[in-house]
Amino acid sequence: MILLGLLIAALIAFGLGVSRANILGKRGDAHLHSRPGYYGTYLALWTLLPALLVTLLWSAAEGPVIRSVISSELPENIRALSDAEQSLIMGRVNAVTRGLPKLSASELETVRKVRYGFTTPEDAQRVLQERGVVLGSAPEPYIISAAYDQADLQSRSRLLLATIAFGLALGGFFYANWRVSPKLRARNSVEGVALTGLFLSSTVAILTTVGIIFSMLFEALHFFHAVSPMKFFFGTVWDPRFSAAGSGGTAGQFGLLPLLWGTLYISIVALCVAVPVGLFSAIYMSEYASRHVRTVAKPLLEILAGIPTIVYGLFALITFGPFLRDMGAHIGFNISATSVLTAGLIMGVMLIPFVSSLSDDIINAVPQSLREGSYGLGATQSETVKRVILPAALPGIVGAILLAASRAIGETMIVVMAAGIAANLTLNPFEPVTTITVKIVSQLTGDLEFNSPQTLVAFALGLTLFVFTLSLNIYALYIVRKYREQYE
Amino acid sequence: MAVETIPGSLPAPAPDTAGARTSEAIKKSIRRRYAAERRFRIYGVAAILFGLCFLAVLFWSILATGYTAFVQSSFKLDVFLDRTVIDPSGQKDQNALMTADYTLLARKALASALGVDTADKRAMREVGALLSRDVDLEIRKEVLANPSIIGKTLPIWVLASGRVDNLLKGQLDRNLPAATRKLSDQQVAWIDKAEAEGRLEKRFNTGLFINGASSNPETAGIGVALIGSLFMMMTVLLLAVPLGVAAAVYLEEFAPKNFWTDLIEVNINNLAAVPSIVFGLLGLAIFINFAGLPRSASIVGGLVLTLMTLPTIIIATRAAIGAVPPSIREAALGVGASKMQTIAHHVVPLAMPGILTGTIIGLAKALGETAPLLMIGMVAFVVEYPTTPMSPSTALPVQIYMWATSAERGFVERTAGATLVLLALLICMNLVAVILRRKYERRW
Repeated sequence: MILLGLLIAALIAFGLGVSRANILGKRGDAHLHSRPGYYGTYLALWTLLPALLVTLLWSAAEGPVIRSVISSELPENIRALSDAEQSLIMGRVNAVTRGLPKLSASELETVRKVRYGFTTPEDAQRVLQERGVVLGSAPEPYIISAAYDQADLQSRSRLLLATIAFGLALGGFFYANWRVSPKLRARNSVEGVALTGLFLSSTVAILTTVGIIFSMLFEALHFFHAVSPMKFFFGTVWDPRFSAAGSGGTAGQFGLLPLLWGTLYISIVALCVAVPVGLFSAIYMSEYASRHVRTVAKPLLEILAGIPTIVYGLFALITFGPFLRDMGAHIGFNISATSVLTAGLIMGVMLIPFVSSLSDDIINAVPQSLREGSYGLGATQSETVKRVILPAALPGIVGAILLAASRAIGETMIVVMAAGIAANLTLNPFEPVTTITVKIVSQLTGDLEFNSPQTLVAFALGLTLFVFTLSLNIYALYIVRKYREQYE
Repeated sequence: MAVETIPGSLPAPAPDTAGARTSEAIKKSIRRRYAAERRFRIYGVAAILFGLCFLAVLFWSILATGYTAFVQSSFKLDVFLDRTVIDPSGQKDQNALMTADYTLLARKALASALGVDTADKRAMREVGALLSRDVDLEIRKEVLANPSIIGKTLPIWVLASGRVDNLLKGQLDRNLPAATRKLSDQQVAWIDKAEAEGRLEKRFNTGLFINGASSNPETAGIGVALIGSLFMMMTVLLLAVPLGVAAAVYLEEFAPKNFWTDLIEVNINNLAAVPSIVFGLLGLAIFINFAGLPRSASIVGGLVLTLMTLPTIIIATRAAIGAVPPSIREAALGVGASKMQTIAHHVVPLAMPGILTGTIIGLAKALGETAPLLMIGMVAFVVEYPTTPMSPSTALPVQIYMWATSAERGFVERTAGATLVLLALLICMNLVAVILRRKYERRW
């Protein structure tokens, strides 16, 4: 609401500024420094930006401040409860607060009676229920009075914010309006603001990385308070034992090794498919294929990269897994429908275009003179590829394979649907294993209590995954870049 | 090795007989080398064919499983909208109309169509099992839309149960014993009769596109998921495009070469390769736990996808801006434009086709992304349409995941059907990107 009002105010300021600049320009006693639009923008920025900044800061701070005020007013015995129970109570307070504006006058009267203890809390629950507010249990008087306080604080905070924001907007407008004159360098100010905006947008990438690292580190440290890092990194048993909210205490075993093994095993199988196929198709595309074949086959292969991984996962789940199982049954192998082989093969196919397009670039970057030298000595095309081009391109290709490996390790949907959930430490490719990503998903879906180690372990796993893939990526990019420099 | 067999490197032997031997050796080695060449070529072709075959099999398998999801078996029933059942008080009271026993009406109508005695309770139960469990909702919708039809007999198409649907589509073998088939011989006979009379047929499945979640396969749809995905794409479009273009313009045109700029560049390249699930964890920790946004809301999904799409858009935009020749910039600067004016009025508009193509490809990637959405509670059973980005919803790929992991037979074809919808959307988006590139691509 406030944002919309501010936007309209800014539009009006823009219009006023343009017309004022036009008038100033026509008077003719002085030459305008900038075009009229810049004066309009100047006014609009002064109207909008300070007020906007305050509004955003206020809205961010409002929730936590009100919550702390309300919870400090709760009765003594409630405040003595654990954090989890307090947050349940605050949830009920919020529900009642949301319900209050929906009630009619007589219903409000009922709720008020409950607040002062004239009728039973069940009446309030019934009244609220009729208006679509579902409460787990009847609201005690202290909950209702907290809800009243909260509603009161919220409306006062809104009112105050609106006053301040529009006051600032008006103030900004009049200050800027006072400064508008033919000599004002409006364009320079506006462009300065625009440049700041551009710079701030470019820092979002850094903020994201910082956000990822800090959020994971923070939650992972919480986890390591409950479970020792030694047990996490070197444990060989994964058995987290889900605990329901509030039961606490029952810590399971969080051994990373089975998950890490599953992740690596599946990635190795995937690379065994993707590297030969991707490399051979890249060689064929860049060295043999006619232009005609290239223009058709290359985009078709790249479709494989555009298919969402959930579709690969679905294919593995409903077609490929059962197919492998039936085939195994025919020749006497016992292949389960979700297995290392299923997930690895499908993931390998997903990685083909990744390997092939990167290798294609790298092979094309090998200077033509090397090829011609080799042909001149009488080598056939395949001999040139094997003895000259591949050795020359090797560092780059290793980089591409490492990038593909990092993608395989971080891939989620295929393994969630095709690799199984049992944390096995096995060498048998026909058995299900599980991976780091699968466990992150399974620990975090469904109803969860945020502070238990069962949930927090997902962040420790995520941090491991992030560090793993990040170092692979950086190393691979370093190799690729170093190799490129050689031939440039 | 091949080079060593070339004659020049051999010791010069005596003429005639030795020369014939040498040329024989050369011929042999050449044959061998050419065979190796052919094999090598075949490996290359085989690799490409492997990829293409897999693509074909993938599409075919999903198409073959999924195309039946676009039709659904329905009964045409002459429903007698009995006033004594729907509205005994005659007041057309909303509450009474909402809670009336419409299932009974549908069962009676089907029984009379099949010639079953309505007093026979066992038979009536078997008749009722042929209809969808949500049959009452369909009749209720008709009645609520137009209460004046109460008391009349109307032909209404209602959904058949999932079992009947499976039988009609041939997914259920009618020669199985009745116990495993879960349809009695009597029921199969009724189905055949109704089909012969034209009362039971497969009609286009609009429910697939408009319904929300349901535990009955025949009434489950992707309506909620489509809207949730739409909200997310809007969020990405509104946030990622301005931010990405602004960041790219800064990095390409203004940024000084220093440590800070290098850091930003390394960051962008690395973010493009961070596993998507990590972004989900980020969203859970920052947007939900720290900022207190609701779980399952499409705005959180949109924000997470924005952060994921940003590197793609920045990289594409930088390439497009870099391709605009410096002569354009110099011309604008020469006639007195400021640097900001040059970029806003000339460089960015000229780079627009490239920016748009990159944006569409980034959006397509975001549309199919599933893993981060699982982290932020998009795995939810949502029946009602989300009205704002803050209300609970699901997304199309998440809906596919939920159906794929549910046990019931009827959901398999829905899963594949929803996947077909997703793939069709992605193909459309990529086609638009290709057309844009073809049409507006400029060679300087």
